[in-house]
Amino acid sequence: MRAPDLIRFARDAATGNPLRTLLLVLAMAIGVAAVVVLTALGDGARRYVINEFSSLGTNLVIVLPGRSQTGGFNPGNAITSTPRDLTIDDAQALLRASAVHRVVPLAVGTSEISYGGKLREVMVAGTNTHFLEVRRLSLAQGRFLPDGDWRRGASETVIGAKIRDELFGVEPALGQLIRVGDRRFRVVGVMASTGQGLGLNTDELVIIPVSLAQAMFNSNTLFRIMIEASSREAIEAAKTQVTEIIKLRHEGEEDVTVITQDAVLATFDKLLGTLTLAVAGIAAISLAVAGILVMNVMLVSVTQRTSEIGLLKALGATGATIRAAFLTEAAMLSLAGAVLGYLLGQGAAALIRQLYPTFPAYPPDWAVVAGLGTALVTGILFGVLPARQAARLDPVQSLAKR
Amino acid sequence: MGTALIELSGIERIFYLGDSEVHALRHLELRIDAGDYVAVMGPSGSGKSTLLNLLGLLDHPNAGSYRLEGRDVTTLSPVEQAHVRSERIGFVFQSFHLVPRLTAAENIALPMTLAGIDPARRAKRVDQALKDYGLANRASHRPDQLSGGQRQRVAIARATIMQPAMILADEPTGNLDRATGEEVMRLLEELNARGVTLIVVTHDTALGARARRQLLMEDGELRHDTSNA
Repeated sequence: MRAPDLIRFARDAATGNPLRTLLLVLAMAIGVAAVVVLTALGDGARRYVINEFSSLGTNLVIVLPGRSQTGGFNPGNAITSTPRDLTIDDAQALLRASAVHRVVPLAVGTSEISYGGKLREVMVAGTNTHFLEVRRLSLAQGRFLPDGDWRRGASETVIGAKIRDELFGVEPALGQLIRVGDRRFRVVGVMASTGQGLGLNTDELVIIPVSLAQAMFNSNTLFRIMIEASSREAIEAAKTQVTEIIKLRHEGEEDVTVITQDAVLATFDKLLGTLTLAVAGIAAISLAVAGILVMNVMLVSVTQRTSEIGLLKALGATGATIRAAFLTEAAMLSLAGAVLGYLLGQGAAALIRQLYPTFPAYPPDWAVVAGLGTALVTGILFGVLPARQAARLDPVQSLAKR
Repeated sequence: MGTALIELSGIERIFYLGDSEVHALRHLELRIDAGDYVAVMGPSGSGKSTLLNLLGLLDHPNAGSYRLEGRDVTTLSPVEQAHVRSERIGFVFQSFHLVPRLTAAENIALPMTLAGIDPARRAKRVDQALKDYGLANRASHRPDQLSGGQRQRVAIARATIMQPAMILADEPTGNLDRATGEEVMRLLEELNARGVTLIVVTHDTALGARARRQLLMEDGELRHDTSNA
């Protein structure tokens, strides 16, 4: 039988029983749509996190005190005790490295702030003037900390949007004096509201010069040194140079961990990529179920069309021809279901994006290809048994059947 | 005597129903010449349908040999047998056996479609057949839109479209009224007049009497073999 004839024959056979065909296509469509939507969610989560991380700044290299043997991003890095402090001098020394563009020391702690009888606990970040650019943040009012000697610094502070609202309400905040810990600071700027994201939430942050923060927390060590490499290509060079400089300053001991933003990103990318894969696997189960349904329906179809199969044999159809006809039908139904499911899935993903505009719910290409492929393969695979059964039917008995 | 189209020798066909054996055909020796017109008659269960299925290569004997056009066809592979059915044998059934979702033209073309003949040649032959059988204005009708006589004409057109050596007709008028049945028989006999071997299974003696040769079956055996002069 010629291929176009085979396809037309299978199509007519499929459309000859619309309800059966519809149900089968629907089952397959739901399976494929599940794969598309779930992977869109999984991959959307991945993109969301990556975007959030990228918004921390670009070309970042981060120095943490303490040495982690495994490297990479590890919550333990934050609390590892270190024999030598990571000091402001260390941070300043890093400016000598050729691949380093900007250096931002960061000391973090909590303290009380008060203004006009109002008191609250806040996160205090001690840093320098480059913090704003390196972290890609913007100001709502006033100016940021001035450039100057890192070991000094005026008693000036930049406060988060939420702090401003809570302490000052409708009053102007700029120029006011607030008490942070046991010192008084003049408010020179207010951060623009960023909302909740990864990393420090600047809405509830009070930013002061790094030297004052260290004095306030009575500590010499820095929480982080953030370094902006001069270009994307320079990130690796910056990492090596930074490690080298710190090692020299710490009597040859490599007691810091230097991570690149790329490494952190790669870790999250891998983690959430695996999650997406797992979700896709779960969705694929529904495809297997749809495949079994294909088999079931095709078996019923063989029973219903027994006399037709007998006739085809009497008219000279070989077993192979009959097998091909039934397999083509199964493949066409699966294909129709897969295409419909793809459209449904893309529609649902678009709906999710419409409802949650910040969430990039796009199904990854590999998932779409794998979903469609799995649908076709299961459809055909589960079509083999019914097709073989049809081809094996005894023509005499089949013809006798009405 | 002409050349032998069919030679059966020592044919046995046994069905097993539970514990009992049913001899549908026993010690059958039969020779049918090319171009002959044979009626196979007998009561129900006499084995005449089994004989027809055997001749049409739809069934296999338990013993004996079947030579079609001098070739032993019982030993052929299923694929080869399918090719013999496709090219040399045409079937006409009592219940027509048309595919309900296909049009008259598509039903007639079905054997050619299955054989992989190209659409242009198919269309030409189907057009001719539709004209020959008076179905030209029924080409795009589906079987349920056709009368009984028209359906059987479609079935005959389908049986002859591959220009087979023989037509096997199982009660071709069984589901038709007398006038329509008469018309169908005339068509089949016209085919026979043009050289196609015609084998008709019937239990209608009047119908059987029209054939040049009558075979009377009983209990799986050939009882009478008479030829009209």
